[in-house]
Amino acid sequence: MSVALEVSGLEVAYRSARGFVPVVRGVDLTLAKGRVLALLGESGSGKSVTLRSVVGLTAREGARVSGRVRVLGQDVLAMDARRQLDLRGSQVGFVFQEPMTALDPVFRVGDQIAEVLVRHRGATWAEGMARARALFDLVQIPAAAQRLRAYPSELSGGLRQRAMIAIALACEPPLLLADEPTTALDATVQIQVLLLLRDLQKQLGTAVVFVTHDLGVAAEIADEVAVMYAGRIVERGSAEQVLLAPEHPYTRALLGCVVRGGYAEAPLVELAGSPPDLARLPPGCSFAPRCVSAFAPCGVEEPGEREREAGHRARCHLGR
Amino acid sequence: MLRYLLRRLAYVAPIAVGVTLIVFLLVHIAPGDPISAILPDDASAEMVAEARREYGLDKPLPVQYGIWLWRAAQGELGTSIRSGRTVASELSMAVGNTFILAVAAGLLACVLGVALGLVAGLARDRIGDHLTSLFTLAGVSLPHYWVAILLVIVFAVENPWLPPLGMGPDSSDGWRPDWAHLQHLILPAIATALIPMAVIARTMRASVIEALDQDFVTTLHAKGLLPGRRLWHVLRNALPTTLAVTGLQLGNMLGGSVLVETVFAWPGTGFLLANAIFQRDLPVLQGTMLVLSLFFVVLNLAVDLLQSWADPRIRRA
Ligand SMILES: Nc1ncnc2c1ncn2[C@@H]1O[C@H](COP(=O)(O)OP(=O)(O)OP(=O)(O)O)[C@@H](O)[C@H]1O
Ligand code: SF4
Ligand SMILES: [Mg+2]
Repeated sequence: MSVALEVSGLEVAYRSARGFVPVVRGVDLTLAKGRVLALLGESGSGKSVTLRSVVGLTAREGARVSGRVRVLGQDVLAMDARRQLDLRGSQVGFVFQEPMTALDPVFRVGDQIAEVLVRHRGATWAEGMARARALFDLVQIPAAAQRLRAYPSELSGGLRQRAMIAIALACEPPLLLADEPTTALDATVQIQVLLLLRDLQKQLGTAVVFVTHDLGVAAEIADEVAVMYAGRIVERGSAEQVLLAPEHPYTRALLGCVVRGGYAEAPLVELAGSPPDLARLPPGCSFAPRCVSAFAPCGVEEPGEREREAGHRARCHLGR
Repeated sequence: MLRYLLRRLAYVAPIAVGVTLIVFLLVHIAPGDPISAILPDDASAEMVAEARREYGLDKPLPVQYGIWLWRAAQGELGTSIRSGRTVASELSMAVGNTFILAVAAGLLACVLGVALGLVAGLARDRIGDHLTSLFTLAGVSLPHYWVAILLVIVFAVENPWLPPLGMGPDSSDGWRPDWAHLQHLILPAIATALIPMAVIARTMRASVIEALDQDFVTTLHAKGLLPGRRLWHVLRNALPTTLAVTGLQLGNMLGGSVLVETVFAWPGTGFLLANAIFQRDLPVLQGTMLVLSLFFVVLNLAVDLLQSWADPRIRRA
C-alpha cells in the first residue's frame, strides 16, 4: 500500500446556538507515501479542522464527524479511542501553529520528547532521553544536552518549534501533519524552519500535509496542492497544475493577491468581499457572491468536482 | 533554585523583624497598663515605679525592644500572670496540641480539597461538578464556630457518638494515636478543615479547568499519551495555584483554630490565646502572638519554595 492518507467525504460540524454548523463539507484528499501536500485557503476555510479530524482530534471538541479517513490503510474514524491513541504520535506526527502554547509550560522539553518514546516505543526514560538528544541534533538545536533540560519558556520561538518537530518525528511516523508550522515565527526563522522541515521530509521519506496561507511556501515545498474554500476542496492537483495553471476563480484570486503584492498596478483578479458565513451559505456555488466569473447556473446549482487534466480537479461550472 | 531561596529569605527577614516589633509594641498599644494588672489596685506610686524598674519598663522603648528580643530568642518569654508558669512551658504544650489538630485538619483539607476539586474540574458542568460545587459552596459560606457548635450538637449531644470536649485521657506519656485520643480529634479536625478544604477544592477546580483549556492538552492527545499521563500533565499545571491558596488557607486555619479550639476546649495555642485575651494575661498573649505570626511567616516561605519547585516560571519572575 503506497497511500499514506486517504480522506473521502469528510464532514465536520460544530454545535452552535443555531444548531450544528457544517465547517468541513465533504473533503476528499489522497496523499501517496513520501509526498508533500500543501493545503491552502483563507482563514476559516476549515484547514485546521480537516487536519485535526484526520487523527480524530475534533470528536473530543464535541464536533460531529462523518466520512472516511484512512491513514496507512487503517480507518481512523472507525477505530476505538485506544487504537487512535496508539496511532497518534507513533504513525502520525502533528506540529501545531503556536509553539509557545502547544508545549506544556511546566515540563522540561526533553521529558516532553522522551514521554512519546516511553509511550509508543516501550523505551525507558534513559533511552527516551538519549533518543531525545539525537532528535535535538536532527532538528539542529545547538547545545542539545543543556536545552533538553530547559522549559519551553526558556527557548526562543524558533527553537520551540524545532522541539515541537522533534516531538512529532520522535517515532519516525510515515505521516506528518503540520498546521501552519511557521506562521507564528519571525520571517528569517520561518525560512530556517521551513528548510529544516523540507530536508527532514526528504531524509526520512515522510508524507506531509502542510497547512499554509503562504503560496510562496507552498511553491517551495509542495508536490501537490489543495485549495479549500468554505469547508470544501475547490481545486487540487500537482503543485505545477494548481499554482501555474489554476482552474478555479478562487485559486486565481489567491494567486492574484500574491502577485499584486509586487506589482501594485497590475490589473489582476481581485479577491473582494469577506469569507462566507458557514451557517448561512448561499445556494449554488458558495464562492458565487465574490466570484468575478459567476454566471447563471452558479447561483442555482452547486458545482461538482471535475477532472480537467490527469489529477487536476476543480469544483466550478466554468469550462463545462 | 539556591539563588531563589536566598532571595526569598532576604524578603522574609524584614517581615520577621516587623512581626516581632508589632508583637512587642502590642503591650504598649493595648489599653490598660500591664503593671496595673499585676499590682493590687491600691498600690502606691513607689510600688508602681519599683515594678516598672523590675520589668524594665522605665528604659527607652528601643532598649526594651532589644532586651525583649534577645530574651525571646532564648525562649524567655516571661511568666504567665494567671498561672505563674513560664510562658515558654505553656506555649510548648499548646503548640504541640495545636500541631496535632493542624496536621489532622491540614491533611483532611488538602487531600479532600484536591480530590474534590479534581473531580469537579474533570466532570466540568456535569452532575459530579454540580454536586461537589454545592458542597464546597456550603463549606466556604459556613462560619467555623457555627459548624463547630453544630457538630457538637449533632454528634456529641443529640447522638453521643463522639466526645464534645478536650483532647482525651490525660496521661503522663502524652498524646498517642489510639482511639481514646483520636475520637476527640475527629470533630475539631472536621470543623477546622471545612473552610480550607472548600477553598482548596474550588481553587483546584478552577485551575484544572484552566489547564484543560490550554492548547498543550491537544498536543498531549496528538502525541497519543494515555489518560494517566495526560492527567499528570494537567495536575502539574493546576498544582502551583492550588498550592499557593493551600498555604494561605493553612495560615488562615490558625485563625479558625482559635474559635474551634475554644468551642471544643482543645488546649492548643488558639485556646491559650483566647484565654489570655479574656484574662488580660499579656505575657502569654505576647508569646503566643509571636509564635503564631512567626509560624505564619515561615509557612508562607515554605509555600513559596514549594510553588517555585512546581512551576519553573515563578523562579525567574
Ligand atoms: N473547536 C471548535 N469549536 C467550534 N467551532 C470551531 C472549532 N474549531 C474551528 N471552528 C470553526 O471552524 C471553522 C474553520 O476553522 P479552521 O480553524 O479549520 O480554519 P482555518 O482554515 O484553519 O483558518 P486559519 O487559517 O485561521 O487557521 C471556523 O469557522 C471556526 O470558527
Ligand atoms: S461555479 Fe461559478 S461562482 Fe463558483 S467559482 Fe465557478 S464560476 Fe465562480
Ligand atoms: Mg488554522
